Amino acid sequence: MRIRALALRIIRQFWKDKRTLALMLVAPLLVLTLVKLVLDVDDIAPRIGVAGAPTAMAETLAETGAEVTVYDDVAAAMRDLEDLELDAVVALENGRPRVTLEGSSPTRNAAVMRTLQQAMRTLVPGGRTVEPVIAYLHGSENRDLFDFYGSMLVGFFSFFFVFIVAGVSFLRERTSGTLQRLLATPLRRWEVVAGYLLGFGLFTAIQATIVVWFATRVLGIALEGSFGLVLLANLFIVLSALTLGTLMSAFANNEFQVFQFIPLVVVPQVFFCGLIDLETMPEWLQTVGHALPLYYGAKAMQAIMLRGAGWGDIAADVAVLVGFSLAFALLNVLALRKHRAI
Amino acid sequence: MSAPAHTTVSPPDHDICISVRSVTRVFGKRVVLENVDLAVRLGEIFGLLGPSGAGKTTLVRLICGLDLPNRGEIRLLGVPMPRLDMFGRIGYMAQSDALYNELTARENLTFFASLYGMRGAALKRRIAGLAELLRLRDDLNKPVHQYSGGMKRRLSLAIALVHEPEVLVLDEPTVGIDPELRASIWEELRRLSARGVTVLVTTHVMDEAEKCDRLAMIRNGGIIACGTPDELKRAAGGQSMEEAFLHFGGAAS
Ligand SMILES: Nc1ncnc2c1ncn2[C@@H]1O[C@H](COP(=O)(O)OP(=O)(O)OP(=O)(O)O)[C@@H](O)[C@H]1O
Ligand SMILES: [Mg+2]
Repeated sequence: MRIRALALRIIRQFWKDKRTLALMLVAPLLVLTLVKLVLDVDDIAPRIGVAGAPTAMAETLAETGAEVTVYDDVAAAMRDLEDLELDAVVALENGRPRVTLEGSSPTRNAAVMRTLQQAMRTLVPGGRTVEPVIAYLHGSENRDLFDFYGSMLVGFFSFFFVFIVAGVSFLRERTSGTLQRLLATPLRRWEVVAGYLLGFGLFTAIQATIVVWFATRVLGIALEGSFGLVLLANLFIVLSALTLGTLMSAFANNEFQVFQFIPLVVVPQVFFCGLIDLETMPEWLQTVGHALPLYYGAKAMQAIMLRGAGWGDIAADVAVLVGFSLAFALLNVLALRKHRAI
Repeated sequence: MSAPAHTTVSPPDHDICISVRSVTRVFGKRVVLENVDLAVRLGEIFGLLGPSGAGKTTLVRLICGLDLPNRGEIRLLGVPMPRLDMFGRIGYMAQSDALYNELTARENLTFFASLYGMRGAALKRRIAGLAELLRLRDDLNKPVHQYSGGMKRRLSLAIALVHEPEVLVLDEPTVGIDPELRASIWEELRRLSARGVTVLVTTHVMDEAEKCDRLAMIRNGGIIACGTPDELKRAAGGQSMEEAFLHFGGAAS
């Protein structure tokens, strides 16, 4: 079986290149951890001003990890909020807590909200919860950043590193002359592509699995849906990265040129995978987004992780990803004609 | 182009292994081969001799089916090229070594052999035999990036031989190989040729050209002379291949 021989050789070769292996397997974990550290709110102690509220409130907030300052009058607290001395002011209004968030930093907003929710649970255990009134000094955004971006970044970083490694190693096959030599054997062109996908597929599948596991279990990104489904979606994301990377390398003459594809092919996908709301873009730009595989991948990932979507909800997106991968692989078989006519 | 400097009776068709008929290959605007005709007989060692840039590699790649001519026809063992199933009958050694540097010599050999469907004990024996022949036995388990230039050349040759092809196409096989080993490689080529294997070899080393059964001199994209080494020397009225080469080269320009 020629494809098997090719796949085995790639596995063996890749296994010996520990640094590249590490880049593909560990780099996404490092970058995700970094993103978590940057975006995460757990370690921020929100500075909350309490004005005209019961001392129990101030005490509970302090216990849940906030830096609490007690004010006698609300206006003074609001001035400090304005001067960025505080992240939020909690006051009592008609017996209901009223929370005013500074609002310019989503990270701090989220920290305040988290502390507040915890404090409310402690203050009113079991019984009817008093919904606080929320107001913003600036803006009105409120979400947990890492949960939101994490769901899309898991797919993106898996994609990114598979793209680079697959692109460079397929290119090396060409520049070292071994592709020519391969094509002087009875290997068919599609067998070359299939062998590559299979051999590399093993490592990319391992990578996709580790990244999803790490993101959800170690970094604790919110996961509403099932672990298996996220894994499945990520596997198809890296499959599209693998096929796109090998295809792109056909148009590069050296490693440096592979890296030139990053701003051209990889970076644009970031903008279309949930980082920026598509609705806010001009229509033609939205169309561009629909032509990029990661758009569908990130859509599926967010649906599963943030909204607990099931297989039925993401099947269409997965189908598009499979379609992209097939198209890339086929184009690659055609691109190999440049190296052997049949 | 000058007329052939001597008359070789063209061999009967069934005797011909490689036939190249009025082949022209153009890269962009540059005509690299023009109207090349060549007939290599079954079981002979045929040399392609020519200066750097003459078009030897281009011709050899066309013969293997790795490239298509713009005009003309190439047949290998009677089959018009390129044909996928012919690749299994050709052993090709490229001018630059195409090896997987991370892998050991044995892994390289095993990989290429398995592309030809070889496996198991027969493959092991074949690899051991080739390692013996090319004096790689003690280095089989070394990764190729630790190999010297000559060792890589020998390994490339071993890969070309591994599936026991009927036609061997070797592009400057002995570059960087010491004289002693070179002699033993030629002995092996002789043995193969005696068994009916056709060998096409390119070179620009004159003393190697003398060892061929017949050879063609190629210059500026055309065959300027073709025949046995003795015929060529006689026709040029000189004593050495060098003189013959200069003679025909001069006549061509
Ligand atoms: N793919 C290509 N595109 C453009 N020109 C090419 C290509 N391949 C070869 N050539 C040109 O064709 C000519 C013949 O090249 P070729 O490699 O066949 O020479 P050669 O006889 O093998 O030389 P050497 O002894 O140095 O190996 C050279 O001038 C080279 O620049
Ligand atoms: Mg050459």
